[in-house]
Amino acid sequence: MGTILFELSLIFYFAATLVSIIELFKEKRIISYLMLSLVGIGFIFHTANIIQRYVVAGHIPITNFHESTSFFSWSIVLIFFILQFRYKVSILCSFVMPIVFLLMLSSSMLPQDIRPLKPVLQSYWLIIHTIVAFLGNAAFALAFGVGAMYLVQEHYVKSKQISGIFGRLPSLQTLDAMNYKLITLGFPLLTLAIISGSLWAESAWGSYWSWDPREVWSLTTWFIYAIIVHARLIAGWRGRRAALLSIVGFLIILVTFFGITLLQKGSHVFIE
Amino acid sequence: MKIFVAGLNHNTADVEVREKVAFDGSRLDDGLRRFRELPEIEEAMILSTCNRVELYAHVRDTQKASESIKSFLSEFHNVSRASLDRSLYIYADINAIRHIFRVASSLDSMVVGEPQILGQMKGAFEMALERKTTGILLNRLMKKAISVAKRVRSETKIAENAVSISFAAVELAKKIFTDLSGKVFMLLGAGEMAELAARHLMSNGVKEVIVANRSYERACDLSKEFNGRPVRLDDFLREMVHADIVICSTGAPHYILLRDQMQKVLKERKQRPVFLIDISVPRNIDPTINDLDNVYLYNIDDLQGIVDANMFERKKEAEKAEKIIEEEIEPFLKWLSSLDSVPTIVALREKAEEIKKEEFEKLMNRFPGMEEKQRKAIEYMASAITNKLIHPPTKALKEDPEDRDLMIAIIKKLYGINGEEKKDK
Repeated sequence: MGTILFELSLIFYFAATLVSIIELFKEKRIISYLMLSLVGIGFIFHTANIIQRYVVAGHIPITNFHESTSFFSWSIVLIFFILQFRYKVSILCSFVMPIVFLLMLSSSMLPQDIRPLKPVLQSYWLIIHTIVAFLGNAAFALAFGVGAMYLVQEHYVKSKQISGIFGRLPSLQTLDAMNYKLITLGFPLLTLAIISGSLWAESAWGSYWSWDPREVWSLTTWFIYAIIVHARLIAGWRGRRAALLSIVGFLIILVTFFGITLLQKGSHVFIE
Repeated sequence: MKIFVAGLNHNTADVEVREKVAFDGSRLDDGLRRFRELPEIEEAMILSTCNRVELYAHVRDTQKASESIKSFLSEFHNVSRASLDRSLYIYADINAIRHIFRVASSLDSMVVGEPQILGQMKGAFEMALERKTTGILLNRLMKKAISVAKRVRSETKIAENAVSISFAAVELAKKIFTDLSGKVFMLLGAGEMAELAARHLMSNGVKEVIVANRSYERACDLSKEFNGRPVRLDDFLREMVHADIVICSTGAPHYILLRDQMQKVLKERKQRPVFLIDISVPRNIDPTINDLDNVYLYNIDDLQGIVDANMFERKKEAEKAEKIIEEEIEPFLKWLSSLDSVPTIVALREKAEEIKKEEFEKLMNRFPGMEEKQRKAIEYMASAITNKLIHPPTKALKEDPEDRDLMIAIIKKLYGINGEEKKDK
């Protein structure tokens, strides 16, 4: 049952990704509607899948690699819809859905069985830490998409080539504002994730910080985003630089997420 | 029954001729009335704008109509026949329909895709409706023309991109800043094009205007016009810190804004973006400034390049629009030719009605004591028989567009309907 729901959402996200790529080349309102409905239906199945796993496992389903990748995508789509509601920039979908789909695809290739949680991890901290961490990372994923849109649009304006999707991308100012909003949403969440993680570590293992590779990379990410926020406020680093930094920041997140999880043997291995 | 167009436009007539032939406000009423009263004209409408004067009519005979319209125009506007002959174009039937559709869709305009013409056409039609100078044919044609124009607008991008330099500048500004209200705009030097662009920006709601000029007096004058603030040209760098959009056309023979100066300005602005438009020749702003972050520098050629690209885009879209128009002509022609059979159908119906009445009365005279109920039944039967008999030929007349003329001739002969058609008015 859970697998079917997951696969349905994967299929809908895949279709949405295809349509979102067509949308880049062909401007038709109906294509936008189709794309958004596909994402929406996929999201409903996806939510159902997460709830189903929660019911079966009895704890929040972010405890193995399959689940966390899936939850990561779910958070991205959630924040995408919030952003879509606020800014009505459906073309953002074309920049974000490919990421969502690739995350879901990798998630689908990972073992999906539900196994019991290590007793030491059974705590409310699991819910707080993971949800905050993934929502924060999802905000950064969208900042990546918006940053890419900014670079494309800036290229059009700078090179004086007014063609392609120039007309449909929002203004540079809007994109920059979206980027800043996303980062100021993601940054406190990431901060909370690190704090809650170390508190949890203290209660589980008795030490706040153990230089686990995931911790090191999270800290690196935290510094990158701290720089983005700081540089904007103090030195007026906005526009292109902010966009570039948010792209770099998200790439580091991906490295942390995939690289470390695949290689590590540390405290972020949740199941026995 | 023929649709007829006589007109002249910016391509066929100079402004001297156009202004003479134009029906301006006060004379339009009179002109329209007299045009409608011409003996050849069944329905009439006049479209008169600064780029075109067109007379639309439903006429009986194209040749005669063309003659009488020409002499009407020449007399009414007091222009020579020769200059009319040179600049007037005449279209009839399908060409007239096509022309009217093209005009409404702004394909015949000086700036293809400009939106005003449709409104002007609607205005002309409304006026004709008010004065009751149009009838079934022109009414239907105008409604169709308006809907075709709307279809063209929604299905093609013919009116989408800016095709003038000042509009292109405003469009770019909107792609840099979401919304121009609350932005500060600076005019460096003055010139016709700079003022035009300034006006467009003002109508898009910029918050504040700063005017700097070599002559401070001129700066003061311009400031009054734009409700702005005059500054001395020597102070422009200090003031530029506030400006989000700068239009520069000082006429200085060298760069007046250098890269490191701009860098300082940007630093003071905390890197808030600036849109610089340098329309002076020779250029007044160091072109390498465009390489700086958060500065977007366009010169006159860049803007012209965008305008050209948009023009090209519009031409491509215009081809799509022509196809739409061809599609729309077909059904209208069908409807038009179906009108040809209307008099025959009416005559046929009248003939049948006449026979029925005659025979019914004969019968009634022979049996005077008949009861009301029986009378009704006989009358009902007579109606049913005549209706059923004339139904197939009527249907054939309405439906078969190809052999319609032949059909009309045959039916007239078979039923002995008179050649003289009733004039439906």
